[in-house]
Amino acid sequence: MKVIKFLLEKEFRQIFRNRSILMLIMVMPIIQLILLPLAANYEVKNINLSVVDHDHSPYSQKLISKITASGYFKLTGYDQSYKDAFHLIESDDADLILEIPNGFERNLIREDEQKLLVAVNAINGVKANLGGAYLANIIRNYNTDIRFELLPSEKFNQVPMIDITSSNWFNPFLNYRVYMVPGILAILVTMIGGFLTALNIVKEKEAGTIEQINVTPIKKHHFILGKLIPFWILGNIVFIIGLLVSWLIYGIVPVGSLTLLFGFIAIYLLAVLGLGLLISTFCDTQQQAMFIMFFFMMIFILMGGLFTSIDSMPDWAKTVTRFNPVSYLISVMRMVILKGSSLHDVLPHLGVVALFAIGLNSWAILNYKKAN
Amino acid sequence: MDSHPALVVNDLTKVYGKDKAVAVNKVSFTVDRGELFGLIGPDGAGKTSIFRMLTTLLLPDGGSASVDGHDIVKDYRLIRNTAGYMPGKFSLYTDLTVEENLNFFATVFNTTIEENYHLIKDIYIQLERFKDRRAGKLSGGMKQKLALCCALIHKPTVLFLDEPTTGVDPVSRKEFWEMLKRLKDQNITILVSTPYMDEATLCDRIALIQQGSLLSIDTPENIVKSYPDTLYAIRASKISSLLKVLSTNEAVASAYAFGEYVHVTFKHEGPHEKDILAFLHEQGLEDIEIKPTEPTIEDCFIKLLKK
Repeated sequence: MKVIKFLLEKEFRQIFRNRSILMLIMVMPIIQLILLPLAANYEVKNINLSVVDHDHSPYSQKLISKITASGYFKLTGYDQSYKDAFHLIESDDADLILEIPNGFERNLIREDEQKLLVAVNAINGVKANLGGAYLANIIRNYNTDIRFELLPSEKFNQVPMIDITSSNWFNPFLNYRVYMVPGILAILVTMIGGFLTALNIVKEKEAGTIEQINVTPIKKHHFILGKLIPFWILGNIVFIIGLLVSWLIYGIVPVGSLTLLFGFIAIYLLAVLGLGLLISTFCDTQQQAMFIMFFFMMIFILMGGLFTSIDSMPDWAKTVTRFNPVSYLISVMRMVILKGSSLHDVLPHLGVVALFAIGLNSWAILNYKKAN
Repeated sequence: MDSHPALVVNDLTKVYGKDKAVAVNKVSFTVDRGELFGLIGPDGAGKTSIFRMLTTLLLPDGGSASVDGHDIVKDYRLIRNTAGYMPGKFSLYTDLTVEENLNFFATVFNTTIEENYHLIKDIYIQLERFKDRRAGKLSGGMKQKLALCCALIHKPTVLFLDEPTTGVDPVSRKEFWEMLKRLKDQNITILVSTPYMDEATLCDRIALIQQGSLLSIDTPENIVKSYPDTLYAIRASKISSLLKVLSTNEAVASAYAFGEYVHVTFKHEGPHEKDILAFLHEQGLEDIEIKPTEPTIEDCFIKLLKK
């Protein structure tokens, strides 16, 4: 016990002396939590639209004004021919072309049918998809409006129709930030815990201090505990800062129990620190450790369900995410913070993360040999 | 006092890598209690590998060794309690201060600075005014002194010093060796390695090591005494052409630059000094000086390497 106390004292002294790391630990979560959710937004606005109106009728004018009034589109071109409009797509000035054929109004009234052409620039996939969908939605609404206008009401009522109303639970206004902030916080905790542990131990290897420790009576598990405890505490501090930021700036208050949240983080951090520890046993330089850690982090972040939903991934990718501890944390964070899930709901997640913690740490300890 | 020697090394062998490069080849030697024993050899001779095996950082591939009667493989824990190790590369915490480093290593060994202050007093006194300075900001000589203090603070019975004076200025080197002499009086056994031949004479006994094998183990005096030939020191105005000319003479057994002289030995009972003088004049060399000289450890080492 006395040895561990002394190792901890030494470790904290070194951490507090390294001002840049300390700043990083304290400031990074705040800045990232402020910047990322504001910038990373799925809602697409300012879609550049070019309209080719061959009809120039009141109906086509009405459609165009309905589209521009939606707020999603910016009319960047009003051309005479499809060819001209396509130049705008080529020069990246337009994302969508809407072509209204000649006789749009006349045919719509006489023949009850008309066709519109929507051409989408699919280079930016998200923008193209959503832009096309928004436009189709507006045109559909427009269509309904026209039916109201043209059909006698009793005749209209004869057409069977399904009207859909949906309500969004746990995030009623589909606020993107509410969804992003817990996820980003999960990534932050993972990065701080994993990187710091791996780099710190490898630094001791680089400086040769680990050899100096190895010729002393300090035992293997003492040394490892002396490394894990400080970074476990730092990880918790980052988490607390993150929760405060999301409360103060985004007004997100966990619906579920804070104790459950901290309990989960406590075990989760053990898993992440174990990963850092394991990586450090394979590396001789901080550069190696950095790159290996980065490799894992990229996969963890992109396949963690933060940006893309795991449910829409192919089966093999879903299998991969099952080995990604971050995906469990992100989902538990969202469950507890937004939905108020109880211990019973997150128990499967907790079990898997605990297995990660035990597995990674045991592997690391086996790999970390005092004599070779 | 125990009867067994402080250090017994028996056919110790270390092989590295897939290509089985032999770093240490069946090395055997014994160091008595309170002895200052030097491992003398060039870089890459295997000195550090021997140190790392004896300090339980590296497992041997053959042979055995014991420190203070404890086997380096079986009883490694006991050795870690009693040995002090100062590696060749400075490896204390550069972001901790002088005092914090010392305090840390004292506590690790379950002791305090006060308890063993008498051991490090002479050294630490010079460090005291820097005690709040971070170890990374010390000069080379000061770093060595701090490292020695940290290796000594738990009153080790055996002290391992791996090239403690490499990269240290001549004055600090001299001071360092004076400190080692004083430590001997405390009955601490010291195993020290160095690539500097002049430091060899300061040891009680030395082992000359080359390419993983020991060439000779004896006191510096005996090693010098056992030098078989008469050694001449020759000087001329142009030392490079002197070396060239000497190597053409058939009577010359060996000739190598040694400071401002060339050290020469001759085959058999060699020619007379006058004959060499005449020979060198004949070859167009000027300002020639020739005299018999006492061999040094370096001469012995060169002689042994030639065998």
